Amino acid sequence: MNWTLALPEIVLSISGMAILLIGVLQKRDSFFICSMLTVGAFLVVTLMIVAGHTGQGYNGLFTVDSFSTFIKVLVLVAATLGVVLSLDYSEHANMRRFEFPVLMLYATVGMLVMASATNLMSLYLGLELQALATYVLAAFARDELRSAEAGLKFFVLGSLASGLLLYGLSLVYGFSGTMEFAKLAQVLSDPAHGSPGLIVGLVFVVAGLAFKVSAVPFHMWTPDVYEGAPTPVTAFLATAPKVAAVALLVRVMATPFGHLLVQWQQVIILVSILSMLLGSLAAIGQRNIKRLMAYSSIGHMGYALIGLAAGSQAGLRGVLIYMLTYVFMTAGTFACILGMRRRGRMLEQISDLAGLSRTDPGLAVAFAIFMFSMAGIPPFAGFWGKYFIFTSAVQSGLWTLAVIGVLTSVIGAFYYIRIIKVIYFDPAEAPFDARPASLSVVAAAGALFTTFFFVIPAPFVAAAEAAAKALAW
Amino acid sequence: MMVVGLSHYLLVAALLLVMGIFGIFLNRKNVIIILMSIELILLAANLNLVAFSAALDDMVGQVFVMFTLTVAAAEAAIGLAIVVIYFRNRGSIEVEDVNLMKG
Repeated sequence: MNWTLALPEIVLSISGMAILLIGVLQKRDSFFICSMLTVGAFLVVTLMIVAGHTGQGYNGLFTVDSFSTFIKVLVLVAATLGVVLSLDYSEHANMRRFEFPVLMLYATVGMLVMASATNLMSLYLGLELQALATYVLAAFARDELRSAEAGLKFFVLGSLASGLLLYGLSLVYGFSGTMEFAKLAQVLSDPAHGSPGLIVGLVFVVAGLAFKVSAVPFHMWTPDVYEGAPTPVTAFLATAPKVAAVALLVRVMATPFGHLLVQWQQVIILVSILSMLLGSLAAIGQRNIKRLMAYSSIGHMGYALIGLAAGSQAGLRGVLIYMLTYVFMTAGTFACILGMRRRGRMLEQISDLAGLSRTDPGLAVAFAIFMFSMAGIPPFAGFWGKYFIFTSAVQSGLWTLAVIGVLTSVIGAFYYIRIIKVIYFDPAEAPFDARPASLSVVAAAGALFTTFFFVIPAPFVAAAEAAAKALAW
Repeated sequence: MMVVGLSHYLLVAALLLVMGIFGIFLNRKNVIIILMSIELILLAANLNLVAFSAALDDMVGQVFVMFTLTVAAAEAAIGLAIVVIYFRNRGSIEVEDVNLMKG
């Protein structure tokens, strides 16, 4: 038994408890010091993951391979950006409580377990650890009705989805006789074992995971939770948990159920088309930028699922590159949204951005870069994500999917570019309050990555390629 | 005498699942009932796991149930905490009142 494989997760959990202790024992305000310690713990664990060796431990419950390493590093980067984004907001919004970074830390532990799970049991426990922590985060501004309502909706629908997922897992276990991914793949390689009970279980599992990645028709929670939750929590929800959930979906579909490709491919194609359509059409009417980002993320999940539907190494590589670019442009956009504040009040309407180019050119340029990137306009990173996804779909012969993807991204470009129009061509309003350094750093990092991704894509593409190879197909 | 076999357990679990789902969507009165329905769904899955574990003569299913029970307890605690803060802000926990944001 090779228990050292899970050392990064163990270290992160223990440092979470230590940070909690420090927070309780400090007499004065301990929010800032706990946040910094959390960021430090994330950095240490990232180094441990990069330096760690691969293998399988805990009787097949936990696997470390190049796929899990890629996802874990991406999740940790996203979570670090999330903690940094929350620093300034919490000061203003009366949320200076040290539990906040600790909850983010435990959600991240759950995501790391999800990335490494190769057993139905570790899959479920990682997912629940992540979900339970994020329910509390969504309701964290507890004196605000909107946040409480977001937390309540997230909790009810999230628990329903986990319940359905668990029911599906029990059926898969019962009709195949094993919980290990490797053994499941072995059992399912014989077509005679694809019993109806197993297929029903698989459908439940797909439904539960589709909820976690907020793909249509399981997206109902997304706009409300994104709008109601405190903005840094929205930024966190839109990045790290999405990456982990997509990774889990990809691993479950590719490894144990890889032989049932024909059974689930149709479902994934349908979910992907619906997500792309809803993501691009429903966002057009939105006035609130957080709601708009919710529909935008639904659309982005639709694009990412194209790569999974392609059912090939190239498709998986596309999904990973897409998630990489998605994390940086989303975190950057939310850094810009968090900068929208006048006289201490947070603003959320798109019209509040009017004339930003005159009052704050730096923020306006960053916003424009992220919007162009999300619309998929070259040479920004978002275009390359879509490029790898669409080529893999074409290689697998899924022409319809690729064409619908291109058409919906044209429709999507309309509302992204409308924001740029508001920023650059509408009459200027009063300037925003001065931006704190933490937001500028995240926005600049996101903008630099998004803009210059095309200059040095090779290391990222190579890492994604290696990660995709780790999954059997 | 009728022998209670695997299929009977699966049938009861499926009924519990359906009751749980309907409890969430048809109930327009009280959020607490939703929490109870969620517990029902988890118990349906647990019953399935235990029944399969016995039928397959494999302990893994029962181990999973132990973990699931723990998760269900944590979930109930968090759910009730969120309902409490919601009640403090809204002064009501009727499902129809959860309508600040249209979604």
